[in-house]
Amino acid sequence: MSTRSVARRLRLPSLGGTAPTAGVARTADRRLGYALVAPVVILLLLVTGYPLVYNLWNSFHNVILSNAGAPQNFVGLKNYQELASAAAFPAALARTLGFMVVSVVIETIAALGLALMLHKAFHGRGALRAAVLIPWAVPTVVSALLWTTMFDSRSGFVDYVLGILHLPGSQTTWLAGEWTAWTAVLVADAWKNVPFIAIILLAGLQLIPGDVYEAAKIDGATAWQSFRRMTLPLLRPALMVALIFRTLQAFLVFDIIYIMTGGGPGTTTETLSYLNWQAFLVDTNFGYGGAISISLVVFSLFIAGAIVLVMRPRT
Amino acid sequence: MDSVPAPTTSVTPVTPGAVPVAVAVGRWRGPRGRRRFAGQVFFYLGVLIVLLIALFPFFWILRTSLESNAEFVQGVGGANGFLPSHLTFSSYIDDFTQLHFLTPLLNSAIVALGTTAVTIVVASLAGYALARLPIRGGGATLTFILLAGFFPVLAMVGPLFLLYRDLGLLDNIYPLIITYLVYTLPLSTWLLRNFFAQIPKELEEAALVDGATRLQTLRKVVIPVSVPAVFTAGILSFILAWNDFAFALSFLDSPSKFTAPLAIVVFGQSQYQTFFNRIDAAVVVITIPIAILVLIAQRRIVSGLTAGSLKG
Repeated sequence: MSTRSVARRLRLPSLGGTAPTAGVARTADRRLGYALVAPVVILLLLVTGYPLVYNLWNSFHNVILSNAGAPQNFVGLKNYQELASAAAFPAALARTLGFMVVSVVIETIAALGLALMLHKAFHGRGALRAAVLIPWAVPTVVSALLWTTMFDSRSGFVDYVLGILHLPGSQTTWLAGEWTAWTAVLVADAWKNVPFIAIILLAGLQLIPGDVYEAAKIDGATAWQSFRRMTLPLLRPALMVALIFRTLQAFLVFDIIYIMTGGGPGTTTETLSYLNWQAFLVDTNFGYGGAISISLVVFSLFIAGAIVLVMRPRT
Repeated sequence: MDSVPAPTTSVTPVTPGAVPVAVAVGRWRGPRGRRRFAGQVFFYLGVLIVLLIALFPFFWILRTSLESNAEFVQGVGGANGFLPSHLTFSSYIDDFTQLHFLTPLLNSAIVALGTTAVTIVVASLAGYALARLPIRGGGATLTFILLAGFFPVLAMVGPLFLLYRDLGLLDNIYPLIITYLVYTLPLSTWLLRNFFAQIPKELEEAALVDGATRLQTLRKVVIPVSVPAVFTAGILSFILAWNDFAFALSFLDSPSKFTAPLAIVVFGQSQYQTFFNRIDAAVVVITIPIAILVLIAQRRIVSGLTAGSLKG
């Protein structure tokens, strides 16, 4: 690498330099490189590395702001033991994992259909693509409040239409029941996130060369066979990227829960991130909250690692 | 007489998907053609359903936002069905006069534009260095930047809350700019790095040979040809920063400091009865800039999302 670039420079007549000057230029380039990369690294360390270390420290200490006089002494694994013993954490973990699996499976299947639709050349494809991008681009606050309106028993569309069609459930107060609330959350989440997965999968579809399909057609493969045997395997890299993004987002779901249900009714829609927010900003218990945060980081790494292991190309 | 397509019609260049009518009619003849026709109908029906799912909820909040308080309290149904019996802008007027929605909108604009500006400068410089300069550990740095983008937001909230409290920066919109970089820098740095890596090296070398410094080359040669990629990074950064809720909720306290998404959620909580017509009016208002951005730049958004995540 270095000798090649030196040689290239030597061939350029106007430079007129010798190997040492090129080496000097290279060292200068390298220094400049570090200077240019430093801001990104420092800023990202400030907002992620610093919280990681601070959370780790807090999680082994007694840090409760509402108890200002108390010394912030070392408490060992007390905060982590609390995670396991208090019912709230295991219950929230189970709910969060359940939501993650159900939402990611449903959304990925829907997104695959949408991506295949957007991949087809037809009149109005650009308009369709813009239309489905808008739900992704609007703030989560918008999708959450929009679907809160849609599911509201007084002003909502869902109960209104069920009533017009004389279908059961037209008197449902959706956000007041555990499973109806989860349904509303799932719909709002899917509405916002299916387009994102679809865009990633669409890019994957566009990377598949067309002659692969023509060869299959000549060999007499049906549409389903060529989808099953060729599209899906060739889509694997894009699918992996989409799954990592979406699974982690679903695991860390917070905004939509806070806005639509506030964790209720009762605590039936409290997720891990919601629990973490409560620990920090309601209970001001930064030791216990730190322990939840560390568990979020560990679970996230574990989930991402598992997806990579399962989805990586088999050779 | 009959418009059976001559074989030559297939020679005329047609854009994909654009089927000349005569050819189309020919294609739909016979049992096979009928099946193809049914397939087409089925397909466009699917497109219609997708369009409805994507856009109908926007119609419904627009409809609700145009109801008066009296109509809203009465609820949907009867004469007040798919369209309210009287359209009124009173919710919009209430939002801006009684609820002072302009302040949070301006706060959001300041924070989102500030985040975008910092992101573009920092991510361009780093992206260039990672694509072009002979630094050691470039791969590890890129991996770190990618991983930072996956860091749980709630795991940042606690420690940053304590940090901002100690620095006296709570209830202040400017620290949000630094915080939001965690949303914007990973995607933007990757996107710009991938773009810079595919610019022909000869372009820069010519300038370097003429005695320009690296930074001059970056400013005069690389940046001008990278305007589309920088623009894409800017749009995505703006959207991501405009959309935050969790950090604003955790770090801001007084209504005059709220960002728009936070203000809207509080509109709903502060009243005895939830007036969705007022909430939805505000929702419509903050959706408009995003919808406009998507309509003018959908191609860039799509390519930016995929370039930042799929390649590399």
